[in-house]
Amino acid sequence: MTNNVTTTNVMKKIVFATMVLAVGAGSARAASEADYVAAFAAAESANKEAGRLRNQWTVTQAALNAAKKAADSGNFDSALTSAQQAEALAKASIVQATSEKQRWKDMEIR
Amino acid sequence: MSALRLALCLSIALGLGASGVAAADKPDPVTDAKAFQKFFVNKFPKVAFDDFVNGPYSMNEDMRRQWEEKEQFPPYEFALEAGKEMFSKPFRNGKTYADCFPNGGIGIRQTYPYFDAKEGKVITLELALNRCREANGEQPYSYVKDEMAQLTAYMAYTSRGKRFDIKIPDDPRALDAYEKGKEYFYTRRGQLNFSCASCHVQSPGERIRAEILAPALGILNAMPIYRSEWSGMGTISRRFITCNSQTRAVPLEPQSDEYRNLEYYLSYVSNGLPVSGPGARP
Repeated sequence: MTNNVTTTNVMKKIVFATMVLAVGAGSARAASEADYVAAFAAAESANKEAGRLRNQWTVTQAALNAAKKAADSGNFDSALTSAQQAEALAKASIVQATSEKQRWKDMEIR
Repeated sequence: MSALRLALCLSIALGLGASGVAAADKPDPVTDAKAFQKFFVNKFPKVAFDDFVNGPYSMNEDMRRQWEEKEQFPPYEFALEAGKEMFSKPFRNGKTYADCFPNGGIGIRQTYPYFDAKEGKVITLELALNRCREANGEQPYSYVKDEMAQLTAYMAYTSRGKRFDIKIPDDPRALDAYEKGKEYFYTRRGQLNFSCASCHVQSPGERIRAEILAPALGILNAMPIYRSEWSGMGTISRRFITCNSQTRAVPLEPQSDEYRNLEYYLSYVSNGLPVSGPGARP
């Protein structure tokens, strides 16, 4: 009897954990249009800042284009991934432009 | 009294210090150009000074032989002839390019770009040609190839052998333009994190894929160029844009302030080298 209760409790815990995992995994897997729109806006904003610094990268624009294309075909997982990639690239170009404001002097022939 | 003396001494010391800082911060193109040229001369002791204008051909014997054979029937010849014809053909108002330039535009390539005190900016030859067209009621040409490359090819040809003589007036705006051009030259950009100097200072003579990299010294003296890679002629604007794209940086607009300043810097540090344009490159 005690064993049965214990087994039932363990089973309940496993089922609950599986449900939690399933819900969690489900939400991580399926990106919504809203997720994509937010990620795309963040990427565009970062790329705009890179443009203000006169240091955009061609690969950022390519990633933005890929995100838009995937979203247009309804593939929001791929669209989200590309938009996040674009944001990371844009942010890297901003870091480059900012750090090079001083670092270029290290390369100068004197 | 001693307190006054102390204050006076401090003021003088601080004053001298401040002027020393200001002097150190002020761009010094003459010293820069000397150091720049010395760097390349020391790095390539076997290359004759004037030969730096021949870019990769001064760095590699095999390429040089091929180029010398190619020069028997140079690939820029058609552009040169077209440029000569365009240069002398009057605009619809009867005037010609010669009316826009000193000495009728002949033998003046070595003085471009220059700093225009009235405008407070650098004026390149390509920009001056389009301004000439617009002032005479004509549409401007594309800055990157075709007609602009043909016109500049002819103007360079009439200046062959003349030594670059770029002036930087003692005007803070001119010095600022020069300094900004220098900053652009050494600044890393693009996903590949390359500056102009990464290839043309650190690695001239070395290969990047199938190409031999040209030294920065004299790199503009051969412009415009026929590039086999382009299957056609290209201007200085085209060269800058291509370099940016190759590092995965979004190129700037042709004749943007940055490119004009870069051309000013690169031309100035090549002062004393002869015009060899139009040129041919792989």
